[in-house]
Amino acid sequence: MTLTVTGVLKEYPEGINLSRLIELEKVATPMYVTVALNDDFVESGGFGSTALKDGDKVEFLYFMGGGR
Amino acid sequence: MAFNAEQLARYSRQIILKELGIKGQQKLKQARVLVVGAGGLGSPAAFYLAAAGVGHIGIIDADEVDLSNLQRQILHGTDDVGRPKADSARASLLALNPETEVRALRAFVDAGNIMGFIRDYDFIIDGTDNFPAKFLINDACVLAGKAFSHAGILRFTGQLMTYVPGQGPCYRCVFREPPPPEAVPSCRQAGVIGALAGVVGSLQAMEAVKYIVGAGALLTGALLTYNGLQGDFRKIALSRRADCDVCGEHPSITAPVDYAQAVCDA
Repeated sequence: MTLTVTGVLKEYPEGINLSRLIELEKVATPMYVTVALNDDFVESGGFGSTALKDGDKVEFLYFMGGGR
Repeated sequence: MAFNAEQLARYSRQIILKELGIKGQQKLKQARVLVVGAGGLGSPAAFYLAAAGVGHIGIIDADEVDLSNLQRQILHGTDDVGRPKADSARASLLALNPETEVRALRAFVDAGNIMGFIRDYDFIIDGTDNFPAKFLINDACVLAGKAFSHAGILRFTGQLMTYVPGQGPCYRCVFREPPPPEAVPSCRQAGVIGALAGVVGSLQAMEAVKYIVGAGALLTGALLTYNGLQGDFRKIALSRRADCDVCGEHPSITAPVDYAQAVCDA
């Protein structure tokens, strides 16, 4: 199936869930990443139970604490 | 409010912009912007706001200038090492534009003082370097109904979003609560390139100017990310969270909160 992950259109194994996508994408801080699925936030406890479907758009949002 | 010949010359390049004009310049003159943190983000943000003719700028920082700051904190020079950043910032801003009223505040923001600091300002710029302060500023602005610009930077990447009451998500909608200390890298550990702070802090000034003059579209309902290594900007659309702890329908946070302060001088 085709997903748009961080703006990039790519093929992924059929029926994977969000946890698997986070592994495949090698997200650096999986415990602390915010995920938006089709512009809506996914609860951090719910990644394993969130199935992805063809055409979904996924964004990973990372903590960035610097500024000074 | 009329401008004299010198002021018209100083601001001529922006007064000719149809989105700004004399009316926009008057709005800038009447505006009050608070910059929290006179560092990597706060430096370019405050510099451009003073240059643009923002009438009053408040700048808060409790620290003294360190040699390791100068790679990115352009409000301060080599001769300022050891001097309070708030004072050094004030001097630099007044040197650029003596017409700006600058209030320098030597303080750390906390739950006890933040509401008082933001009260008199129209727009707040978060130029802090730690999550407790970023959440504190977000919550205080939501509670006080103030517009503000959030930004964060790390290594070669940065991100920012603008909160305007009633329009789109707040920072807490996106990130819920601060990560545990040391769970995510700080700039001190991971590094940051000075020009990145320049890019992102300048974007914060752009947001403030647009908000004040009422031009264009703000970064509300979106997070703009910048990857300096790839030369990539991305604007990620985001919705509000109805169950957000501070801006949601049944907020559990009704006063500013102090989180354990991880010492993290970016």
